[in-house]
Amino acid sequence: MKPSAAPLLEIRGLHIQGQSGEVWQDIVKDINLTLRRSEVLGLIGESGAGKSTLGLAAMGYARAGCRILSGTISFDGLDLIAMPEAEKRRLWGTRIAYVAQSAAASFNPAHRLIDQYKEVPVYHGKSGEAEAERNAHAVFRRLHLPEPERIGLRYPHQVSGGQLQRVMTAMAMACGPDLIVFDEPTTALDVTTQIEVLAAIKELVRNSNMAAIYISHDLAVVAQMADRVMVLRYGRLVEEARTGEMLAHPRQPYTKSLWAVRSLNKSEESGGDVVLSVRGVDAAYSGVVKVLHDVNLEVRRGRTVAVVGESGSGKSTLARVITGLLPPHKGEIVFAGKPLPPALSERPKDMLRRIQMIYQMPDMALNPRRRVRDILGRTLELHRGLSGAARENRIVELLEMIELDAGFLNRLPSELSGGQKQRICIARALAVEPDLIICDEVTSALDQIVAEGILKLLLRLQKELGVSYVYITHDLATVKAIADWIVVMQWGKVVQQGPKGEVLTPPHHPYTELLLSSVPEMRTDWLDRLLNARRVGAQATSA
Amino acid sequence: MTERVDIAGVEERPRPTEPAQPGPFATMWRVFARMPLSAQFGTVVILAYVFVAVFAPWLAPFRESQIVGAQFEPWSAAFPFGTDQLGRDLLTRLIYGARNTIGIAVLTTGLAFLIGGLLGLLASVVGGWLDQALSRCVDVLMAIPLLIFALVLLSIFGTSVFNLVLIIAVLDSTRVFRLARATAMNVVVMEFVETARLQGESLLWIMTREVLPNILPPLTAEFGLRFCFVFLTISALSFLGLGIQPPTADWGSMVRENATLIAYGDPTPLLPAGAIALLTVAVNFVVDWFLHKTSGLRDEA
Amino acid sequence: MNPIVTTVLQRVGLGVLTLLAVSVIIFAMIEMLPGDFASAILGQTATPETVAAFQRSIGLDKPPVTRYFEWIGGVLQGNFGESFSSAGALGGGHAKTVASLIGPRLSNTLFLAGFTALISVPLSLALGLLAALYRNSIFDRTVNLVTLTTISVPEFFVAYILMLILAVKFPIFYSLANVSPDTPFFERVARTALPAISLMLVIVAHMMRMTRAAIINLLASPYIEMAKLKGLAPSSVILRHALPNAWAPIGTVVALNLAYLIVGVVVAEVVFVYPGIGQLMVDSVAARDIPVVQACALLFAMAYILLNLLADIVGIVTNPRLLHPR
Repeated sequence: MKPSAAPLLEIRGLHIQGQSGEVWQDIVKDINLTLRRSEVLGLIGESGAGKSTLGLAAMGYARAGCRILSGTISFDGLDLIAMPEAEKRRLWGTRIAYVAQSAAASFNPAHRLIDQYKEVPVYHGKSGEAEAERNAHAVFRRLHLPEPERIGLRYPHQVSGGQLQRVMTAMAMACGPDLIVFDEPTTALDVTTQIEVLAAIKELVRNSNMAAIYISHDLAVVAQMADRVMVLRYGRLVEEARTGEMLAHPRQPYTKSLWAVRSLNKSEESGGDVVLSVRGVDAAYSGVVKVLHDVNLEVRRGRTVAVVGESGSGKSTLARVITGLLPPHKGEIVFAGKPLPPALSERPKDMLRRIQMIYQMPDMALNPRRRVRDILGRTLELHRGLSGAARENRIVELLEMIELDAGFLNRLPSELSGGQKQRICIARALAVEPDLIICDEVTSALDQIVAEGILKLLLRLQKELGVSYVYITHDLATVKAIADWIVVMQWGKVVQQGPKGEVLTPPHHPYTELLLSSVPEMRTDWLDRLLNARRVGAQATSA
Repeated sequence: MTERVDIAGVEERPRPTEPAQPGPFATMWRVFARMPLSAQFGTVVILAYVFVAVFAPWLAPFRESQIVGAQFEPWSAAFPFGTDQLGRDLLTRLIYGARNTIGIAVLTTGLAFLIGGLLGLLASVVGGWLDQALSRCVDVLMAIPLLIFALVLLSIFGTSVFNLVLIIAVLDSTRVFRLARATAMNVVVMEFVETARLQGESLLWIMTREVLPNILPPLTAEFGLRFCFVFLTISALSFLGLGIQPPTADWGSMVRENATLIAYGDPTPLLPAGAIALLTVAVNFVVDWFLHKTSGLRDEA
Repeated sequence: MNPIVTTVLQRVGLGVLTLLAVSVIIFAMIEMLPGDFASAILGQTATPETVAAFQRSIGLDKPPVTRYFEWIGGVLQGNFGESFSSAGALGGGHAKTVASLIGPRLSNTLFLAGFTALISVPLSLALGLLAALYRNSIFDRTVNLVTLTTISVPEFFVAYILMLILAVKFPIFYSLANVSPDTPFFERVARTALPAISLMLVIVAHMMRMTRAAIINLLASPYIEMAKLKGLAPSSVILRHALPNAWAPIGTVVALNLAYLIVGVVVAEVVFVYPGIGQLMVDSVAARDIPVVQACALLFAMAYILLNLLADIVGIVTNPRLLHPR
């Protein structure tokens, strides 16, 4: 038998547990995984699926507080479970390399990038200092890093997130490993930065014959990289298939739910009287750092305005200005025909009632020490003066409105799932019959299937109650699902706004174009096509 | 079949609900049984001290300041630990000492928590200039070592139990302020506090209902640690002759009064010192367990 | 300007401000003196005339601001004023200056503290590092229990146990640490041994626990995991990746504990009758000799602020973000 016919990595019956408090819980169970040479395997799953733990186990590494209970992990015929640490260390960095999620935290702040790159080949005796440095420059150039000869002289904090992630990818390649584990390498990045890193990884993986495990929660991203995809949930395998086949014919309902939000599309509506208008607003933190410049927008009754932008665009600051947490420097906010006092403390109680807010992290938006009854009841007491049975009845009514029941009255937030928590937050906002709800990335922290449920709920409630939403998000797929009107923001300015249909159909503003084209699509050839198109575009402009 | 095939197989994993609560004593016993040995030891010791402090008059063979024998009598059947420099029964003094020394330390720590905790909460919730002003004041007060500061104040105001409690409580409240403010800050930035503000809730409501319940576990642990610190500081001052004044029975003073015996190889002065040591060790063991337990629970995401 | 220099200068400026504020507080104490204070100091035999003369001699007739600047001006030149202990001899007797009382004792205290620090700092850093590296081992658990016990007990308990065992039952060391300026160096070390050891026990326990916590915190950083996954041996991970980032937390731990040592000397000096400023301060508090108390407090506070300042500066000059600005 030829050695290349044998798989590079073979995992059988893997069972890993993690310690949580005093008890051990399953993180990964009954996992079988086979990876051939020069094959890319995608591991996909949502939070708590055990994909990172599995990725590290593929290297023979278990984090503190985790234990491998049973199973075998064999790398190129070597038993990684039985292998002593010292021998594993000879494999790590040279034959198996790792690319971590947060490059900013995974580079040592005290050393130059080039020294951290050279450390692997020099330490393992694969090459000398000078040779390692020459190799580094070559890889940096291939990854389109600016000033490839000089960038290595910088310290991690002197380089942007996207560049750092590319340097880390280069570092993993330093010894020409047989296997690289990419652990959510682009999750922490904005969509437009994500493209650079994805392109770099694709370039390296394609032009070498190494194998890779690519971990992500985003199936569209994995589809660009992987030949084959394994879907994990609660540490178990849901489905495994070749990438194209999985996208075309998912067998399991859960797999299909991974792009649940993408299938939603609200039919755009217009008209209605203006509820809120923001006029020429400038805002700054502590009087110095200006984050909003001349922002104008209008929200109509029963309609949704989506505010879209990347981190640093000022979209969350806009929410703080509307709610009165951050009084604007300049400009005014008109609500229901009357100018709104800029500061929260000057706004009458009825105004506070009419504008409500829902947040990204339902965990942090609910007081962990108060039960559902108290959380909803307090709002009713405060703004509606309800008490006793009237209060109780209204709470139950609200719970039914958000598709929960009276059984939840006595629960603490810790006894609710993420989606249920977000529903309680929605109920709290709705309890006082507001005119406007500001939704700040309300589905970003949720799994796709849960996010779909929340979006459908928001749409239904809007239809029934005629409430308006300002929907703040970085995720364009959600925008399609919920918006009537889109506002695109960049660096504190509105770069484009208009009805959904108009903004989402060409011709686009250049930034909107960049944003839209950077959202990974559920096709295996999306990245290649995009890179080609951009290359052609660049040539056309330079010609 | 409709398009909504998903829900059956894909709904979220349900969270466990809390099991039915057993009675309070059964719960306490369960908690105790699951403690590590060091914490069990600590709990038993603390309970024993509380018992002695509460029932001192019934447990002690003599009255607190009653002179019953000659000076420095050795250990005997009549006076199990001998007598002190005035001929008072040492065992009696030890028993009353529990009441006085622990009582004063608890009172002082409670006062320090009242002042420091309240101001710390206020600073974190109100923020802005109030927070700045309070924090800078505390910075300056904390730039003088506590024992040294206490010595200065005692030299000015003179030594009395009232002054002692007040001085130590105020000085120690700066440490409580720091912790209360820091932990409350972590809560204040959470969105549920922002929601409360947006709903127009009052300052008092936000402080007592939204923030305070969430910082109680670290504050509880800190109460144990601060108690030890205050207890040791007061004992040190008494030992230096500047704390609790005679004829009140107090362990720190008892060490000082009987210290000369050490030179003759008599371990009697170690008894009150050991009484102090045993209690602080016990409290620390329990706090150590409590900290470990609450931080362990926090990992559970 | 280099951000390191600016940040250090800012920090030093803040230290000076703090010191100034502390001096105002310590000085302002005298304003809070109760009215009958002078007669309490002078005794019941004091006539209204002597009381008035005494109040004049400590300057109570001048406005407080003027007196503060006179006092702080004197302090800057090493003149802490005159001790109240000579107040009884008003009119005729010779006044003892605070400086003459503090001078010889200050060097004794510095000797004791320095001696203790010299041994405890390296010892506790090494123990803390070992405990962190072998976390949850038998060694770690034992050390944890022992140090937790040591930091919980009063210093005088440790001191008297040591005295009972090492000086009375087995006379290895001197039970009393009475040194004088002309005590030869080695005898001085021998006489200071017991107070130093009892201080060490407490300081080492504190410092070792904090070092352990700081190192464990550092080892939890993602870049340490990355270094392991690069295949580096534990020694390289520690030396190359943990150590360069450890100076700031270690500096803080050392400063914090040396500051703690400052307070510890007070009790140790009293137990072993060691003629340092701790003992002087305690005696002066009992005698309500305010100028001496003020001077001692200022010295203790100064040392405390200085140590914290040093720790901050170590943190600043080893911070890569400040060393290599964008």
